Amino acid sequence: MNIVVCIKHVPEVIDAELKINKDGAGVVTDDLEFDINEWDGFAVESAIRLKEAHGGKVTAITLGDEESEEALRNALAMGADEAIRFDSQGFEQSDAPGIARGLHAGLAPLAPDLLLTGAQSSDDGWGQVGLCLAEMLGLSYASLVVDFELKDNLIIAHRELEANTLERVELTLPCALTIQTGTNKPRYVSIMGIKKVRRIGIETLSATDFDLEGMIGAEASFMAERILSPPETGGHAEMIQGSLEEICERTAQVIREKGGLA
Amino acid sequence: MEEILVIAEHRQGAFRDITFEQLGFAQQAGALNNLSVTTVVLGMDAAGAEQLQSACDAVLYTDDARFADYNAPDYLLALSTIIRSRRPRLVVMGHTAQGMDLAPVLALRTGLPLITDCLGFEWTETQVLARRQLYAGKIDARLVLKPADTYMVNLRPGHFEGQPDMGKKATLEAFPAPVEDGASTRRFVEYITAETEDVDITDAEILVSIGRGIGKPENIPLVEAFAGAIGAALSCSRPVADNQWLPKTRQVGTSGKTVRPKIYIALGISGAFQHQAGMKNADTIIAVNTDPEAPIFSVAHYGIVGDLLEVLPVLTKKVTSTEV
Repeated sequence: MNIVVCIKHVPEVIDAELKINKDGAGVVTDDLEFDINEWDGFAVESAIRLKEAHGGKVTAITLGDEESEEALRNALAMGADEAIRFDSQGFEQSDAPGIARGLHAGLAPLAPDLLLTGAQSSDDGWGQVGLCLAEMLGLSYASLVVDFELKDNLIIAHRELEANTLERVELTLPCALTIQTGTNKPRYVSIMGIKKVRRIGIETLSATDFDLEGMIGAEASFMAERILSPPETGGHAEMIQGSLEEICERTAQVIREKGGLA
Repeated sequence: MEEILVIAEHRQGAFRDITFEQLGFAQQAGALNNLSVTTVVLGMDAAGAEQLQSACDAVLYTDDARFADYNAPDYLLALSTIIRSRRPRLVVMGHTAQGMDLAPVLALRTGLPLITDCLGFEWTETQVLARRQLYAGKIDARLVLKPADTYMVNLRPGHFEGQPDMGKKATLEAFPAPVEDGASTRRFVEYITAETEDVDITDAEILVSIGRGIGKPENIPLVEAFAGAIGAALSCSRPVADNQWLPKTRQVGTSGKTVRPKIYIALGISGAFQHQAGMKNADTIIAVNTDPEAPIFSVAHYGIVGDLLEVLPVLTKKVTSTEV
């Protein structure tokens, strides 16, 4: 079983104060902590568990700068066998198909039996790259998968739909799945675990190794420009302020007024 | 007249709400840009297609049982054929489990630019603009799109208004959709609905709901004490259910339950749009979060910036003392 899992190194934004950079097209990431994209952690765990149950090899691949090797180290420490970093130079301002073209060039030679990605990334959240890759590789696919099993040559997967409903689909290998959060419990990676895999070489590829001219970056993107701004707050929450005592007193009063202590 | 093509979404014989939201959006965009609205319904009979007649200008339907349940390979073939032959100006789907599965590959196959989780789309005199959000709703993005004959959008569910009757009278036209030959590499098997639960959170008048900010399951009794004091049921956002700290049936949001209690108290919930879609119609929303920029504060009526673990013990005391 030849399993390839695509991951992304993303800034942690919960509880972070985001600042938009000078040209208005990106956020300032200097002060932000980076980690493996939440969805991708579940995808890596799925890949490792499948390998543990059925044998095979897991290759983790990312498209990113040198710092994104941290996410690859994380995947290696979790149990991935090999790691590839496709350098992000040339992919600035790529749209999702552009990113997918790079990843496709890098992983197509591996001819995966199963391709796993997170269902989306927490930064741009397009939710497109995994499925674009499936299409470029000519694989059947299922998105938003919350659990799956391998049975002979079949993947039996549960896709998450709306309103507490799942859908069971069957796919023939080779195929691609995009993984939803909550699929499993990604194993904990210790600092020791990361240290242990420090010597594993990470293969590095770059756009210039392939014939990608005119297919990536701003030139190939469907977007001409992107302008970021802080969100317009739709609602007008009354912020309750003061000392902890005062805040709680007022909150209890609101709860009482709205019928909460009848 | 050029057209907007709306891909209707239905499940188990009924149109999904998103279909009418797509039609509401298309009606507006069509009126502004002199475009007619054509709806494509795969896998329903004439009686089904008629349900959309008052909400668009034309309904194309295919009464073919093979499309009754969504299946990517069949839908991709049928829809890419229709898009290529009709060459609409805009194709409209929903950022739903179906649209998210379908659109990226459909866009790639037809060579169309796709804006997923779209919050706005307009042709101005000089530009084509789309709106969406980045970083879990903490940044708004306006995208200037390069010129294209056709664009494709996946609309965020719950963001656009629409209703079945928009005073229109659509023509109905049956069409034979092409179906893949031979065995498909992906097959729909069945729907599975979560088992009945101990507590039905949709019945609760007051909900105390916890999110990632709860930190660890050991902190849940603190919340239970507070919920008990005000007669509330306990619910949660996705990360709590993902970690199995509370059962999936307690999850509020798109993939869980939609609730409308008198009071909804969101503790440590950042407020991703999927969560907001499940609770924004509560009569009163009180949110406690350490992050002053958490999107939850945009739907809350009352907000408290603080750590729920510090707020709860004091708040529990306050509500208990007022009760006596």
